[in-house]
Amino acid sequence: MAEIQIKNVAKRFGDYQALHDINLTIADQEFMVLLGASGCGKSTLLRIIAGLETASTGEVWIGGRRVDHLSPKDRGISMVFQNYAVFPHMTVFENIGFGLRMQKLPDEEVTRRVERTATLMHIEQLLKRYSGELSGGQRQRVAVARALAMEPDVILMDEPLSNLDALLRMEMRAELKGVLAESKTTAIYVTHDQVEAMSMADRISVMHEGKIVQAASPIEVYRNPAAEFVAGFIGNPPMNFLKATPVGAGKWSVAGQVVEGPNTGPGPLQFAIRPEDMQLAESGLAATAKVVEPLGAHLLVTCEVEGHMFRAVLDSDMTVRTGETLTLAPLPDRVRWFDPETTLAVA
Amino acid sequence: MTDAAIVDTSGDTRKTGRYVYVSAVVLLCAWVLVPIYFLLINTLSSPDTVNSFPKPFFPEFDLGSLTFFANFAGMLTALKNSVLVAGITMVLSILIGAPAGYALSRFEFRGKELFRLLILLTRAFPLPLLALPLAVMFIRTGLDDTVFGLALVHTTLAIPFAVLITFSLFSGIPLELEEAAWTLGCTRITAFTKVVLPLILPGITASAIFAFVISWNEVFAAAVLTIENRTLTAFLLQNLDTSPLHLKFAGGFILVVPALIFIFAVRKYLFAMWGIANR
Repeated sequence: MAEIQIKNVAKRFGDYQALHDINLTIADQEFMVLLGASGCGKSTLLRIIAGLETASTGEVWIGGRRVDHLSPKDRGISMVFQNYAVFPHMTVFENIGFGLRMQKLPDEEVTRRVERTATLMHIEQLLKRYSGELSGGQRQRVAVARALAMEPDVILMDEPLSNLDALLRMEMRAELKGVLAESKTTAIYVTHDQVEAMSMADRISVMHEGKIVQAASPIEVYRNPAAEFVAGFIGNPPMNFLKATPVGAGKWSVAGQVVEGPNTGPGPLQFAIRPEDMQLAESGLAATAKVVEPLGAHLLVTCEVEGHMFRAVLDSDMTVRTGETLTLAPLPDRVRWFDPETTLAVA
Repeated sequence: MTDAAIVDTSGDTRKTGRYVYVSAVVLLCAWVLVPIYFLLINTLSSPDTVNSFPKPFFPEFDLGSLTFFANFAGMLTALKNSVLVAGITMVLSILIGAPAGYALSRFEFRGKELFRLLILLTRAFPLPLLALPLAVMFIRTGLDDTVFGLALVHTTLAIPFAVLITFSLFSGIPLELEEAAWTLGCTRITAFTKVVLPLILPGITASAIFAFVISWNEVFAAAVLTIENRTLTAFLLQNLDTSPLHLKFAGGFILVVPALIFIFAVRKYLFAMWGIANR
């Protein structure tokens, strides 16, 4: 059992506030992804959980035990680093067994666990090699095996796949997810790659400027972004935004069209729709196609609606010519609304 | 036709480049080896040959000069002193310099840049300027004319190099390696001994050798601060001044050879210090 609780954690580096009052609970055996652009504080938060960084204020609890005053070795965690951090003066076997030797486990136990995790990560034939004789992907496998061999309560991963090439990244992504699910450890995974986050996570915490903007399941983050930032960050291409002005109770004018929306006060709102949630129809938003990109599976059209950039993902059978005016009808149940003052979602 | 011409010129250029390269290598080797060779010839020649001209190109294997030195009073003591002083300097400069290098590379603290500058500044003052006040201070504290006292001065000279060399060595070890060790059950100290130390040991050795050579070659402080317990350099400086030419050559030879043998024995580590892979 290792539930992780982060209570009111803040971190300052001199004048710079890297983390603002973070509160987060990660359930036992949950796969939590911290997602955000570089500099959003996600790595800092991970390092605070690991004990490599000290929080300025706040508490960290792992498995019902307060750990923020403990050194990394006493927290029941193990970590996988972005640059692998495989010890160059040791063989793969010694690397994987390093933590076990530090725990003074008997030789047979060390050998058994090293061989088991090495087999799990498909590197059993590399045990006698040194890190200099391995490829990037193999090194990453060693780093993961080394963390798993510790049989930790919590495994922390700091952008572990970002140094691998695209194909290898995709392969390792699926493999990591399987291995971690089997190991029954709680996992926190830091990444800036939303595809990685969407495909691996049980829950995603989207971070922005030292705050957690939304912590929810991948599909929830995608369908119901809690704030404009999340809507604009998740999805490739991200959500489209248009200004909406009220024209009556629950009626909004968006680019000359009247759309049903929330019944809020007199101020304007932001109308938001995902590019794939639109259909060509008789009536709808008038969009002038500017760039047409056939992507194989579908057609990405970058248009202009009332001077704003507006993207639509259409079926690849369509033929759209540059300069053509499209009539795009948003799917009513996929439209989302944001308050421009607070940038938060409006129901 | 034109193709052939182009190929020919490029071949010529490559050939010329090779000649320049080879002759540069030969020149550099000669620059180092020829004086040592002449030193060897003159050391192994009888006094008459040394003073004659032209010189022979092959040594006569006349061991007269060397035997003279071997039997010269104080010679062996001076050699022993030199080794002792250099040895202590080597140990002290690493014991003091390496932690400073580690701190410079791993921690942020106020005055870090100033500290780095000050370390270098210790080499900005000419030694004669420092040696006299030091001599006075050493006489007052009773450190004068001792091996340990001289080793302290040499340590001061060697420390800037020890600090800066170990600083760059530690900086070459990613912090992530240490952090990985911490998360795998190491304390700061065990992470250092199990991960960092094995990785920088070749470099530390190189920096120790450097300290040894600095101490071995240093003559001014040695001459000023010691009287009875002279090191080899100070001893030879004192005695060779008034000696005949063949003894000067032999003395020079005795000075050069131990340092050469030492560096040759540990050359692998020197290469490691300069980041040249030799394996």
